[in-house]
Amino acid sequence: MEVAYIIETLIKIVVILLVFSALAGLGTYFERKILAFMQRRLGPMHVGPYGLLQVAADGIKLFTKEDIVPTNAVGPIFKIAPVITAATAFMAAAAIPFLPQFTLPFTDYVVHPIVADVNIGILYVLGVMAVGFYGPLLGSLASSNKFALISAARAASVFISYEVITGLSLLAPLMMVGSFSLIDFNNYQAGGIGDWIIWSQPVAFLLFWIAAFAETGRTPFHLVANDHEIIDGFGTEYSGMRWGLFFIGEYANMFFISFVIVLLFLGGFGDGSVLGAFAFLGKMAFFFFFFLWTRAAWPDIRPDQLMWLCWKVLMPIALINVVITGFVMMF
Amino acid sequence: MSLEEFENRNVSEGAYYKVDIADYPETGWDKAKQVFSRAIKGELFVGLGVVMREMLKFDIHTVKYPLEKLPIGPRYRAVHEMQRLWESGTERCIGCGLCEKICISDCIRMDTKIDENSRKQVTEYTINLGRCIFCGYCAEVCPELAIVHGGRYENTSEQRAHYTNYEDMLTPFDMALKGQVPEYPGFGAVTPHEDERVKSTPLAY
Repeated sequence: MEVAYIIETLIKIVVILLVFSALAGLGTYFERKILAFMQRRLGPMHVGPYGLLQVAADGIKLFTKEDIVPTNAVGPIFKIAPVITAATAFMAAAAIPFLPQFTLPFTDYVVHPIVADVNIGILYVLGVMAVGFYGPLLGSLASSNKFALISAARAASVFISYEVITGLSLLAPLMMVGSFSLIDFNNYQAGGIGDWIIWSQPVAFLLFWIAAFAETGRTPFHLVANDHEIIDGFGTEYSGMRWGLFFIGEYANMFFISFVIVLLFLGGFGDGSVLGAFAFLGKMAFFFFFFLWTRAAWPDIRPDQLMWLCWKVLMPIALINVVITGFVMMF
Repeated sequence: MSLEEFENRNVSEGAYYKVDIADYPETGWDKAKQVFSRAIKGELFVGLGVVMREMLKFDIHTVKYPLEKLPIGPRYRAVHEMQRLWESGTERCIGCGLCEKICISDCIRMDTKIDENSRKQVTEYTINLGRCIFCGYCAEVCPELAIVHGGRYENTSEQRAHYTNYEDMLTPFDMALKGQVPEYPGFGAVTPHEDERVKSTPLAY
């Protein structure tokens, strides 16, 4: 392996880590601001201009707080659980192209803004994101707290429910594209808006979107850490930096799943022009915004309702969708 | 309201009606139909539309409290003020002791003496704001409009003694001399249009 390739990959990893750690922090700021505006409040206003430095204040607070491991908690698992959430969120980013490839200015060095274009890209991303659910699951089981225990049970039930939908809904687009690589998905839709998979697979798009809410634990399916039912669920016993790691993982996940939805169904970065790159980021921003929007508008549903919805409603629809796609492709 | 209506203690008669709520769906098929009808009717998007409309209108109701304050009613009963006469600037309090007598939480204490003009002079006047329940009896009973309730509702302190400070409650003397003491409209003063509201007291009930 070339030294240049290794160096380039390392730089890309560092850039992605830094950018998305910062974005995860800023994501909390956006969430608080947008929720506040939708509820006719102002949100954070005091730290920095328009409260922009609130993120820094929160960061300093989280990083300097005492790290508490409760008495009856299973220490090693309790300590490793937040790391699982944050690490898997960032590991999933390895197979996501964040921008079209571009040439470095003043050189002819071509940069591919993807850490590893593996040919099982989407499988890898979904797999690693699924592993991320071990963070809340192990953390809540290890923290010897009743609310965390309920959260663990919910995590397991949510997990087995939405994973079926993500897999089955993706099957139909995968049959059309014939590749797992997100770059191939993007190139399949590079011809313009008419080529987007959302037009040929609207049902799959909706199902995947719904499952993304369960995957990231956002509001209609905000069951694992439902503040008004089970305190903070898996986060009840966590404090300081470990809780912050859970948070970073959660918000990074929201960004990455937004990227993935756009890449899979909405044409990604298109033909790779500068306009396409900006459109890519814009579409991603819409999906991130939608996560916050629903939180202001919609109520949460019960875990049994989520399971009912996933298994009895969405899964049959996904299966029918796959069958119909198969028939259309055959004839 | 007639007397019969007034004396009817059975308030549920006629006043309440049952909200029309459909029965919960029993079978799985009914539940599925309910989910689909709710999803297709677009109730979810009505919710989204409402919050988006509020965000775009940007009709923010936040009051940044320490920097901004909401106006309070003129007859709000907060910390007492001791008034002065408009022109001479002397204290209005004549030391009659009615406020001390009527105070139901026993938080007013005053000492008086006869001064060289053989007028009654107040030598010490304290209100223990830690005990005061802000009922307003003192301001009601005061014949001279000397003690009234002001609008200062922020009274945090580290010292209990600060809650009794007479000087804080007294209108500043120089303000009175400059004629800057406005006519007091708040609690303790006579309300506007009082003449029209006065009713003759029945002699027998």
